[in-house]
Amino acid sequence: MITLDRVARTFDGQPALAPTTLRFAAGQTTVVIGPSGCGKSTLLRLIAGLLQPDSGRVAIDGVEMHAGNEDQLRHTIGYVIQDGGLFPHLTARQNVALLARFLKRPPAWIAARIDELRVLVNLRGELLAHYPQQLSGGQRQRIALMRALMLEPKLLLLDEPLGALDPLIRAELQAELKSIFARLGKTVVLVTHDMNEAAHFADDIVLLRDGRVVQRGALDDLIKRPAEAFVGDFIRAQKSILDAKIRETGL
Amino acid sequence: MRVVMRAVMRATMLLSALLANAAVAQEALTIASKRFTESYILGEIIAQTARSAGETQVAHKPGLGNTGIVFAALQAGSIDAYPEYTGTIARELLKSDAADLAASAAINRELAPLALAAGIPFGFNNTYALAMREAEAAALGISTVSDLAQHVGLKLGLSQEFLQREDGWRALKRAYSLPFTAPRAIDHGLAYEALVADEIDVIDIYSTDAKIAEYELRVLRDDRKVFPAYDAVLLYRADLPRRLPKTWATLQKLEGSISAGAMIAMNARAELGGIGFAQIAEDFLASARSLPDTADSLPNTADRRRFIDLLFGPDFWRLTREHLLLVLVSLAAAVAAGVPLGVWAARSPSAASSILASVSVIQTIPSLALLAFLIPLLNRIGTLPALIALFLYSLLPIVRNTHSGLVSIAPALRESARALGLPSFARLRLIELPLAAPSIAAGIKTAAIISVGTATIAAFIGAGGYGERIAAGLAVNDNAILLSGAIPAAALALLIEGGFALVQRWLSPAGLRGPKLT
Repeated sequence: MITLDRVARTFDGQPALAPTTLRFAAGQTTVVIGPSGCGKSTLLRLIAGLLQPDSGRVAIDGVEMHAGNEDQLRHTIGYVIQDGGLFPHLTARQNVALLARFLKRPPAWIAARIDELRVLVNLRGELLAHYPQQLSGGQRQRIALMRALMLEPKLLLLDEPLGALDPLIRAELQAELKSIFARLGKTVVLVTHDMNEAAHFADDIVLLRDGRVVQRGALDDLIKRPAEAFVGDFIRAQKSILDAKIRETGL
Repeated sequence: MRVVMRAVMRATMLLSALLANAAVAQEALTIASKRFTESYILGEIIAQTARSAGETQVAHKPGLGNTGIVFAALQAGSIDAYPEYTGTIARELLKSDAADLAASAAINRELAPLALAAGIPFGFNNTYALAMREAEAAALGISTVSDLAQHVGLKLGLSQEFLQREDGWRALKRAYSLPFTAPRAIDHGLAYEALVADEIDVIDIYSTDAKIAEYELRVLRDDRKVFPAYDAVLLYRADLPRRLPKTWATLQKLEGSISAGAMIAMNARAELGGIGFAQIAEDFLASARSLPDTADSLPNTADRRRFIDLLFGPDFWRLTREHLLLVLVSLAAAVAAGVPLGVWAARSPSAASSILASVSVIQTIPSLALLAFLIPLLNRIGTLPALIALFLYSLLPIVRNTHSGLVSIAPALRESARALGLPSFARLRLIELPLAAPSIAAGIKTAAIISVGTATIAAFIGAGGYGERIAAGLAVNDNAILLSGAIPAAALALLIEGGFALVQRWLSPAGLRGPKLT
């Protein structure tokens, strides 16, 4: 379980996250959503310990991150960013195995684990020998997910993992990711700005605006019982363009 | 990292080998000469004579530097002896105005506290003199230095050393009340050409210069006897006769053995005949003081053949080795220091500005000034100060490229490495340095190429390398000699450029290379 207790953070004097208290239940997928600059990535980076809060505390299963334990704690967190963050000088396999090799896991264990993950993320084996720049965006995200899952973390953090993909691949990977999350049963926090994606992944949605939580709940709650006008605006804004287009063209 | 560690180890080994060499060299007899033809020839004659005694290893450091540098080297014990002139010893080195210092006994009284001595007068006096084109001197009716005062319009072109020396231009201007205010400074090797080309009217010369006759010059009489006697002698460390008695005895043969005419002829063979200094010295010693006819031995034809011979002369491999040693050792040290400095600068923005500013400032110091500054600091000449200077110059491109290579890594990649839970040093080793490798390699390449060029200057302080030929060529105004040093240096720079293109390719991880492969 992840707990944020009155966590606040500013950037150059501008508040990025107002004092926020949140809990993310173990074994569940939570989506954090909001417009650009609402503080959703900041929230994720605070959980991963990549940013220090100005005040308040972040704890994972009751343990706070500090300089002495941050590396060990991060080994229990998988982190995937928009374009994967794969290291361009390493092959896909080297990217996935990097941390395990650094931690001196036995080569046989590493090989077996990579094989297991490859099947999980549905990736052709020969692609593992390729460098990131030789792979498509969707393939890169599958490999980034393998790298994040390599050491069996209990927590998976994803920052717009599908944001850089074209729509068809996105829909395909979206479906696969959901089934992977369901199979693994890990605590997942996924950040997105896309309401469809949010609705697809979780019943538990946290809507942020200007660094504060506007509303938390299932999509139904957000639609039927919006905490403020912005909730309806945000949902409608994403829906209306396409709807208008479909009406117009009679698709 | 492993690559860097190996390079550091190799550099350390090379450096200790080098220092060991230097230590061995101290046991032997080291002769030096100053940067002009006559000194080169005398140095060779002394070295070959000493060698013939068969007592010890004799090394000649030809064209080690100007008077100040060679004298400093003698005092420091880096060299044991070099040919000098009594006038220079009295006025310039001992800073004495006493007239009686012309006498050898008086000079030695003054030299004794410095543990130095002068002796073995070779038999000729090479004093400073002023010279003009014969035709113009005749037209203006100038035959003495005094006559010059009447002709303010004359353009003077004087060598740097003459302008600086107490017994040079300053003494002359004072004694004759010469009205010329700003004589042009010109390299001694180029002065004759400038004079013949009418660019200047009066130059300073040495009275045994080969070109006096060649260019039909009038040597102006020093009617007020301002220039002291410049008898050529051996200036040596006082312990030399005791340390190498047999060699010392053999060297006595040189006393009174070289007449002014013989010296002019030998200078002519070198400067006009293009014959090597060692060869001239050998001929002189072999012919037992009777020189071969100069006119017969002037190989003015087959210039190209001569250039090829010069280029691949017997010293070619030694110079190549010395040059490569200078470049590679200083480069290895600069990599060992520069990469960590660049990493430090990239990790600490507060340190970055001062680190980058310091290495940039070093770069702005002119190379000769830096060398001149390092010699008194280290109290020695030759390879060590040259290595340090090259090391300092190599820092900027390496530090700057390491820094820029590291700070230009995408923040998302750096954050991904942190998010994985890799400790700081592992991130540097596994992610950041490999990603910055192409930039670092480019910096090392730049440093290496600059180094090849700068290393030629090291010859001026006796560190050897191709610069030795350039210095010699400049000193005797011989383009063939100069080019026989400049061309291999340029070729070496190109070779290193090509070699580094390969290393760079090897250092650049496959994933960072070129366009997509699929």
